[in-house]
Amino acid sequence: MAVQGGLPTLFFPGLRGWIRAFGPYRWASDRMKHWGVGGRTVVIGIPYLWLLLFFLVPFIIVFKISLSDVRLGMPPYEPVIQWVESQVIGIRVNLANYAFLWEDPLYRNAYLNSIKVAGISTLLCLLIGYPIAYGIARTSSSWRNLLLLLVMLPFWTSFLLRVYAWIGLLGRNSPFNQLLMALGVIDQPVSFLQTDVAVYIGIVYSYLPFMVLPLYANLEKMDVTLLEAAADLGCRPTKAFLTITLPLSMPGIVAGSLLVFIPAVGEFVIPALLGGPDSLMIGRVLWEEFFNNRDWPVASAVAIAMLLLLVVPIMWFQYAQARQVGAHR
Amino acid sequence: MIGRRSFFVTTAMTFGFAFLYVPILSMIIYSFNESRLVTVWGGFSTKWYVELLQNQQVLNAAKLSLKIAAINATGAVILGTLAGLALARFRRFKGRTLLTGMTTAPLVMPEVITGLSLLLLFVAMEQWFGWPAGRGVTTITIAHMTFSMAYVTVVIQSRLSSLDESLEEAAMDLGARPAKVFFVITLPIIFPAILAGWLLAFTLSWDDLVIASFVSGPGSSTLPLVIFSKVRLGVSPDINALATIMVTVVAIGIIVAGLYMQRQERQRERDVQAALAGNNP
Repeated sequence: MAVQGGLPTLFFPGLRGWIRAFGPYRWASDRMKHWGVGGRTVVIGIPYLWLLLFFLVPFIIVFKISLSDVRLGMPPYEPVIQWVESQVIGIRVNLANYAFLWEDPLYRNAYLNSIKVAGISTLLCLLIGYPIAYGIARTSSSWRNLLLLLVMLPFWTSFLLRVYAWIGLLGRNSPFNQLLMALGVIDQPVSFLQTDVAVYIGIVYSYLPFMVLPLYANLEKMDVTLLEAAADLGCRPTKAFLTITLPLSMPGIVAGSLLVFIPAVGEFVIPALLGGPDSLMIGRVLWEEFFNNRDWPVASAVAIAMLLLLVVPIMWFQYAQARQVGAHR
Repeated sequence: MIGRRSFFVTTAMTFGFAFLYVPILSMIIYSFNESRLVTVWGGFSTKWYVELLQNQQVLNAAKLSLKIAAINATGAVILGTLAGLALARFRRFKGRTLLTGMTTAPLVMPEVITGLSLLLLFVAMEQWFGWPAGRGVTTITIAHMTFSMAYVTVVIQSRLSSLDESLEEAAMDLGARPAKVFFVITLPIIFPAILAGWLLAFTLSWDDLVIASFVSGPGSSTLPLVIFSKVRLGVSPDINALATIMVTVVAIGIIVAGLYMQRQERQRERDVQAALAGNNP
């Protein structure tokens, strides 16, 4: 059967013989036997080591540098290790960056504002995304794929350019403004740029597919006979939705909301391009501490503070994700 | 119930899709505008495309981004397939929970945190081992591989979990070594998922601004970095032209992939029917 050579041999007709004679698997397994390493160890080990080195260790370094003090030069922070002997200085410096964040109202406001903006945006995404996901799931299957592709297409195009599109649409001279003036809603052009409204629009627009797709995956699997049974028993559609569809779609709501909320808290591009100078968000504060003030230790402390805020949502997301993958079995 | 949508749902869907597409359509329309101003329609013109294609900075950045995205996608697919295989096929091993955590956390981790932490790692590594010397293409590629492999892992893992293991077991029973089973049975079956993972990793890298800002160095400006510095100065019509080209390429790609998938699906249905017919002559 065709399976024997597999799909690769379809593209490279000579490959089958080569695989049989020298086979990468034969070579690999001989090598591994030679070194006394099992294939299992290699399969687990390579991604494991990669992630340990490039995902886990960096956080330890960020934490270490958040305890350090800024200095002129490259890298612009004092080494922490040398201070270990004189514990007193170590502890004083240790608290300095975090105490700074806590005492300065700028950082506290940015922190709280990020939670507010991310929370409201998540809610708006849910309100706009739910009907879309519900509608697609209840559409006949020939149209369904087309609609899904239409939801996904903006996701595959550049995120930066999609945010940029709103600069033109929200400015003082925008066609949107002219429309509002023609309708008589406003007397003179209003610029929505550099306001919180623009930030909300930008976040909802950019993250909407992340809400729609998990919701759709969930709603599509739902057993519609439950709704038919409810209707037969005299339940009105609105009540059936509230007592059956909504509770059953809870896993989709949770997954979609977390996929929007967590990255939105640390969002930089949208507040930087659409928001005003006073609409501070924690991701933008981190960026400015790092690139404009070149204060790596404070930027690291901001990162650690943001992580502390996000630990619970991230763990919740992992739990939901594990259940989702496990459900296939 | 199916096929009967309430008026409310239809209206909300229409509004939602309009919201998704009005900004994209406006960029496409204004890319053909003669005038530099957004308000004024100065007549049809393709001069912004000409200007864009003569902009050497944009072209070089696009070339660099394509190169990084392609290397990244290939590396991420190898790492992500191994991780997906480990998580889907080895039920118990030491540190499984940690591996699960490290492959799902990057999906939601704010980019500023990932970017900062990787930069600090690269600086520390340069101090300790002298590698990587400075920041540039290598550091951007490593950073992109780390977060895009998480996406590939999810794709591969869910494909493997929904896959019938009996084919692999049959091959093992017939004496094939595990590596052979993987290359001859598993790999061809999950090949569409691997292709999807490759495209996803490519797009993530092509699109990334924040992480690249942290880990790039002088002379390694990727396309998003160039766009961002242009956009910060205000609206410029050649960016509209760039957006139109990108939307067109993606749309064509998605249509081709959609048609291919539809054909595969039909082929599979025919195969199933043929197999059923063969069983009951």
